[in-house]
Amino acid sequence: MSGLIIRGGRVLDPASGFDAVADVFIADGRIQALGEPPAGFTAAHELDARGLCVSPGLIDLAARLREPGLTHKADIASETRAAAAGGITTLCCLPDTQPVVDTPSVVEHMLRRAETSGIRLAPLGALTKGLEGQLLAAMAALKDAGCVAVSDGGRPVANTRVLRRALEYAQTFDLPVLLTPRDPALSDGGLMHEGGVATRMGVAGIPQAAETAALGRDLALVEQTGARTHFGRLSSGRGVELIRRAQRDGLPVSADIAIHQLFFTEQDLWGFEAMFRVEPPFRSFTDRDALRRAVAEGAVAICSDHQPHQPDAKHAPLAGAEPGLSGLDTLLALVLRLVDEEVLPLLDALARVTVDPARILGLESGVLAPGRPADLCIFDPDAVWRVTPETLHSRGKNSAFLGWELTGRTVHTLVGGRLVYSREP
Amino acid sequence: MNLQLDQDGRLRHFLTVEGLPPALLTQILDTAESFSSVIGKSVKKVPLLRGRTVMNLFFEASTRTRTTFELAAKRLSADVINLDISTSSAVKGESLLDTLWTLEAMQCDMFVVRHRDSGAAHFIARHVRPGVSVINAGDGRHAHPTQAMLDMFTIRQHKGDFAPLVVAIVGDILHSRVARSQIHALNALGVAEVRVIGPRTLLPRDIDDLGARVFYDMRSGLRDVDVVCMLRLQRERMEGALLPSEAEFFRRYGLTEDKLALAKPDAIVMHPGPINRGVEIDSAVADGPRSVILPQVTNGIAVRMAVMSLAMQATGEAA
Repeated sequence: MSGLIIRGGRVLDPASGFDAVADVFIADGRIQALGEPPAGFTAAHELDARGLCVSPGLIDLAARLREPGLTHKADIASETRAAAAGGITTLCCLPDTQPVVDTPSVVEHMLRRAETSGIRLAPLGALTKGLEGQLLAAMAALKDAGCVAVSDGGRPVANTRVLRRALEYAQTFDLPVLLTPRDPALSDGGLMHEGGVATRMGVAGIPQAAETAALGRDLALVEQTGARTHFGRLSSGRGVELIRRAQRDGLPVSADIAIHQLFFTEQDLWGFEAMFRVEPPFRSFTDRDALRRAVAEGAVAICSDHQPHQPDAKHAPLAGAEPGLSGLDTLLALVLRLVDEEVLPLLDALARVTVDPARILGLESGVLAPGRPADLCIFDPDAVWRVTPETLHSRGKNSAFLGWELTGRTVHTLVGGRLVYSREP
Repeated sequence: MNLQLDQDGRLRHFLTVEGLPPALLTQILDTAESFSSVIGKSVKKVPLLRGRTVMNLFFEASTRTRTTFELAAKRLSADVINLDISTSSAVKGESLLDTLWTLEAMQCDMFVVRHRDSGAAHFIARHVRPGVSVINAGDGRHAHPTQAMLDMFTIRQHKGDFAPLVVAIVGDILHSRVARSQIHALNALGVAEVRVIGPRTLLPRDIDDLGARVFYDMRSGLRDVDVVCMLRLQRERMEGALLPSEAEFFRRYGLTEDKLALAKPDAIVMHPGPINRGVEIDSAVADGPRSVILPQVTNGIAVRMAVMSLAMQATGEAA
């Protein structure tokens, strides 16, 4: 057996708690052994990882690649390159493209377009036809075409009966359902968290109840149907509490939080900073701290919630600006920053973007152990870099972290044992 | 850094009252007072803005605000151009910037801006050339600083000292840029108490954090106040499920002689206009002896002259 040896790196496997300097032996796209070479292994290639960390590749639960249909913002080629440079090996892309991901042909098109990048695309299929919340999407066909789960794509299903049937139907084919907990009637027209800052700024708010009311309804349906359901992009402490309680009650639910929610609050919108318009909105300090605790305790996973935009999308007063941030490039460094800020230990932090999302989606990646796919992120934990439009690989330069100095940067990214990215020295 | 002030702390743009030093507000009032004597004269012009071009950029319809800004600019001897930009299609994003740059290319010195989006004036101020000054003539629900200053001017005219005053602001606080600017101005000028009165649906969350005492009951809220500021109620509030009817609103929150009797005997009644008779204010009160609604309009000219001349002084020397 001939393959690749990754030499001398600090190997981190959040799933097992393994954290030691070790060689990693890779062949046939999979990890063959850690530490000692397996019998009959010969090295065709070697990668020097001394001084670097070797982690499972990151799995991003929510990214918009904007293709098909919105390629003035970004496209699959540009964003998979950014993912590779960010150590992300699996990208879940939301179905709210144009056309919507509700037919196998769109899925096939996307997978084909991503092939050259080497990144694993995990397309999320639409839960309802056209994401209109009226008719069921052809979920079985979407699964056959390669969708790992189905999702409301950020457009919540208003009709509770339709949602109930969609959950049941998805469950039939063992497809996890990814929902966005947001009550449209409470949130539509709102631009930021409904609170003291919005009052001062005279900006229409999105109340916390927009999240919790939706969660309450959705959790009742999960209880009724038993469907495996994941709630994406929580923003409030109360929302996280509802998820925890449901988990304690034994419901098959999980949740994630966009990484930027752990760093910003409503205060950042002072002065009408359109960059900070996101959905769900940045809420209070109390909420941010509750989200940080939830991440530390493992109640939620972390995603980038990547939403690349063309430059003028944010170049407007708050109401005219488009919500969302570019996030693929900064995900790893921000997760490491949580470790620096002592929110949680390194292995736990990496778990939130590797094995936790893998479990949510039922993927076999996200674990650095013999037999698993050799999807790896090899990063320099001490590399300091500044976030600028030039250092972002994504076409979306709409990062709320522009100007920040971050520590930790991907040096090599491997998918299925193949090098898909190496930083220029 | 305050976007509104230059490095010497002088007014460069007038976007909001919030965060401005009280001395600057007093300076605006004092300057306005000197202009108000000019207005009374037969030759009403002063040459402070001669050779300057002021552009009234109204993305939202307005009669009195635009007219008083126009008059104020003309009395300062500026050239004035009025642009009423269609309200039917929301002018947003790049088109707003494009509009701005196109107009800037015409070498104007000051933009007076009204826009339906909160923060629009800030956005424009952030993107204009260094020599150009921006005056906010109302942005969304956020701020209407010249209105608040003309209200302060009117209050000072009638009451003199701000310190002992109790001022009630009544009605649709939630959607009101006037109320927000009034609250900031009154607190900066050091009144004894600001009250806001309205049903919960029309009171924004945490409004007390701005320095206002909340009353749901108008009768208790009006007790012993020196100044009553009424706000206009838009008809569409019924559709937003914020109120059941105009009639019910008037019964509870409309200003009548009967309710006004609870205020101090010398209390004055203000309204930014245009008034809805029988909705937020009874005709008898609006036209009554304690109403200063028309003097407010007159004062608007002097106050806007003051703001424009002060802002031009700062930017004029910088340019």
